[in-house]
Amino acid sequence: MFKLLIALSALVVISSAYGPAVRATKGQVWPKPQQEEKTSDYFIVRPHTFSFQGPADIGCPSLLDDAFTRYWSIIATSASLERRGRLAEMGKKHTKFWQLDESFLGNLESLKVEVSDECTDDALPDFGDNENYTLTVNADGATLSAQTIWGALRGLETFSQLIYLEQDALVINATTITDFPRFSFRGLHLDTSRHFLPVYIILQTLDGMAYNKFNVFHWHLTDDQSFPYKSRVYPELSEKGAYHPVSKVFEPSDVARVIEYARVRGIRVIPEFDTPGHTSSWGAAHPELLTTCYSNNQPNGYLGPMDPSKDTTYDFINNLFTEVVGVFPDSYFHIGGDEVDFSCWQSNPDITTFMSDNNISSYEGLENYFIQHVVDLLDKLNSKYLVWEEVFVNGVTLPNTTLVHVWRGGGFDTLRDVTKAGKYGVFSSCWYLDHLSSGGDWQKFYECEPLNFDGTDEQKKLVLGGAACMWTESVNEYNVMPRVWPRACATAEKLWSAESVNDFGAAQPRLEEHACRMNMRGIAAQPPNGPGVCL
Amino acid sequence: MFKLLIALSALVVISSAYGPAVRATKGEVWPKPQQEEKTSDYFIVRDYTFRFQGPADIGCPSLLDDAFTRYWSLIAATSASLERRVRRGKKHTKLWHLDESLLGNLKSLKVEVSDECTDDALPDFGDNENYTLTVNADGATLSAQTIWGALRGLETFSQLIYQEQDALVINATTITDFPRFSFRGLHLDTSRHFLPVNIILQTLDGMAYNKFNVFHWHLTDDQSFPYKSRVYPELSEKGAYHPVSKVFEPSDIAKVIEYARVRGIRVIPEFDTPGHTSSWGASHPELLTTCYSNNQPNGNLGPMDPSKDTTYDFINNLFTEVVGVFPDSYFHIGGDEVDFTCWQSNPDITTFMSDNNISSYEGLENYFIQHVVDLLDKLNSKYLVWEEVFVNGVTLPNTTLVHVWRGEGFDTLRDVTKAGKYGVFSSCWYLDHLSSGSDWQKFYECEPLNFDGTDEQKKLVLGGEACMWTESVNEYNVMPRVWPRACATAEKLWSAESVNDFGAARPRLEEHACRMNMRGIAAQPPNGPGFCL
Repeated sequence: MFKLLIALSALVVISSAYGPAVRATKGQVWPKPQQEEKTSDYFIVRPHTFSFQGPADIGCPSLLDDAFTRYWSIIATSASLERRGRLAEMGKKHTKFWQLDESFLGNLESLKVEVSDECTDDALPDFGDNENYTLTVNADGATLSAQTIWGALRGLETFSQLIYLEQDALVINATTITDFPRFSFRGLHLDTSRHFLPVYIILQTLDGMAYNKFNVFHWHLTDDQSFPYKSRVYPELSEKGAYHPVSKVFEPSDVARVIEYARVRGIRVIPEFDTPGHTSSWGAAHPELLTTCYSNNQPNGYLGPMDPSKDTTYDFINNLFTEVVGVFPDSYFHIGGDEVDFSCWQSNPDITTFMSDNNISSYEGLENYFIQHVVDLLDKLNSKYLVWEEVFVNGVTLPNTTLVHVWRGGGFDTLRDVTKAGKYGVFSSCWYLDHLSSGGDWQKFYECEPLNFDGTDEQKKLVLGGAACMWTESVNEYNVMPRVWPRACATAEKLWSAESVNDFGAAQPRLEEHACRMNMRGIAAQPPNGPGVCL
Repeated sequence: MFKLLIALSALVVISSAYGPAVRATKGEVWPKPQQEEKTSDYFIVRDYTFRFQGPADIGCPSLLDDAFTRYWSLIAATSASLERRVRRGKKHTKLWHLDESLLGNLKSLKVEVSDECTDDALPDFGDNENYTLTVNADGATLSAQTIWGALRGLETFSQLIYQEQDALVINATTITDFPRFSFRGLHLDTSRHFLPVNIILQTLDGMAYNKFNVFHWHLTDDQSFPYKSRVYPELSEKGAYHPVSKVFEPSDIAKVIEYARVRGIRVIPEFDTPGHTSSWGASHPELLTTCYSNNQPNGNLGPMDPSKDTTYDFINNLFTEVVGVFPDSYFHIGGDEVDFTCWQSNPDITTFMSDNNISSYEGLENYFIQHVVDLLDKLNSKYLVWEEVFVNGVTLPNTTLVHVWRGEGFDTLRDVTKAGKYGVFSSCWYLDHLSSGSDWQKFYECEPLNFDGTDEQKKLVLGGEACMWTESVNEYNVMPRVWPRACATAEKLWSAESVNDFGAARPRLEEHACRMNMRGIAAQPPNGPGFCL
């Protein structure tokens, strides 16, 4: 079959610019597996006779069956009759290409799935889960083996991507894959404060994440501009601090839905409630939480970061975060700590007095005083946490379970310092999706090697992964999907695949296929590589 | 009412960053009218009792009634979205109770059109689009000379209406409006990526909401040939990305033209030649120049082959069809970015040039273009050309519009108009040029007449176009890529030259982008953090 295609294309005199800029691959996996061997032998996959077969005695039958249903639907959709009908209308009468083809192995009737560890249907993906799997498609059939249910989910995604349309049939080549992630923390960050994003957009985003083997949804829930999280203990926060108290809030049921939708896809949901800066919206209902800013010894009508000098601030945070830690089951919580503006604290005479009374000699010290209260609280709640890099840089005492989220321009140096101090690092500096350039605009994300800093092997092991960040100042529900996809796919491959998978030119044809695959699955991905077409 | 709102907001201690970056205006018009006076007096508009009233004896009743239906639906949709507000659950006193500014319910807009018109009228070059709109205690009246002016006025009227608490409101307003430039275009490339018809229709909606009046349809290019020709169906059969699902059927084209026409938008097709034609070669390689390396054909094909009569015969047949399909008086014949290296490599071309005393490749290009323009003259069609055709010295009639697009556009515009030719400007409105952020300030702060030239030269600049090249744009991101960024171009082309303050425009565009969202246009945020209700 492949030889035939090559022979045909050699007959055509081509003008260089005709057709797509980059020809898509067929049945290549994104992110690229660690080890993969393929032959030209192939099966035909017919959705209506194909089935997934799980172990009869598995402890998490719902998790696995739900995944089977999702992936069966994806395969069936790729076989849509409309698509084949369109192909038929090309008016070319094909001989069924597999007739008389020596490479044809027959119809693939099932994928056998094995999970060796015990599991339960309420299992939560967590830090350090084993996501390895092996996948074999050969003359004997197809088998997927994983230690954990999460590894099985990754393998099912891979299996679904190996199947491609050839003329009017779905085809899968004989393939052997041994796969595992390079990094255990593979995140996508989404800001729902600068613009509110409806739940269906978040669910689509989770679908896109599953298609790229991301495993952490970092939900930047609140910021200066709005407070869309509807709290049970302080409902006034969103009643007054959201862009709209009804239509621009996440109800408890919305949050639960997102968490469950993510969980069954093996994606953790880590909420961020940024403090003590980026909290203006909290002040819409509770101005007393924020520092009163002064000009000429008078309150000037503005409110600054949280007021670290009042016990009531910590009581409030205690009550809210106790609720939040109960709502979000993940073992980690992102407490923010970035970009605290000291000028308002400096202007406020009560803060000055407080610092003097408590022997705090710098505003970094004051910030540390605040953060220390928050981390003590989370320790008490038995929750671990991520912090933005400033918290580490400013010298807050952090336990070794803390993940330091490195985001600023000098990220590699910071990562060096973080890991030198024995802390875990999560890297985002080169994956800011709000940084735009003309064109397909993912090469810069792809050509970023997160371990490209001076450090020992042990330091590098402390880098757990990274996150692509979608800040939404200029993004709303209408452009968020094509802004994220397929650009975040670059980050996904850097975080999953081997370090040696770093050739942009080699990745282009695979991403061309993958972007079309995502389009077919309902993800509004933009074009990755210039002129082209998805059929 | 306005005083009340101001008083309320003064009571709230605000932290600077809370809420949207830019607060939207209410009932402000985009693009900004030439003259506008507003008072705080207002009517309530109730969709189910409001209606448009046209002249009983108008010659184009369908054009006008269709517009009435469209705009009534937009008002009704806005009204329906009030339900969202009502869900806030706050009990308001009806805002107009005891309000001295309330003028009552607005029952109708009376529309007058003084020129004669017909239902099959086509918008054309130089149409009068002026209108006046008056809303006062006596009621509301829209007067225009032409049906096209009436359409512009209806758009303005619909934008004056805004939500205030749980009612639709329109302030007493007097507007006298007319476009600064007569040619206000949006260019869309459907070759680099195919765009389905529904996206083109949505784009035309967006254009109407911004008073654009020319849809420049860049139908073909190197990458694909989606136009399904009657005389040469093989062009799309082999040259489209897919012969069935990625082509524009004759019925699709007719639908686009009609959808545009009733909105007062001209559709100007572009079939770019002699470069940007690789896709033609998928079915007709003989049209293109065979490129040589080391005295051998190297397997690549270049621009059209200007040395063969058969090339011109083919173009003649195709363009005769196209001029029949697209009713506009203008046709865009391209002529940009012709690569001379393939011509240089081909020995037959060299012989041809020598036989015909053509001494340069610019001269050869001119030979080609001259044939094409002679053909269009014969077909009684006028044309636009990309600036290279002028720069390279092709003889052009004074009806030609020279489309200036390259970086040094202002100098070119100066030269074009100095030569007495019409100019259309796009150099600073390339929508594929991306930067972080909301990314329309650069489009807004471009003044198209900012070149050295006499008043008479400047009058020759008929307008401009925002260009959406689609190398990196498909059906999933084209709408937010175009909108609201192209709104900046729309305002530069419609409003007075003095309307040039980015800061002053932002609150209006904040409102307008939300208005477009409500009307189904997937516009991205114009000004940073914010929201639309």
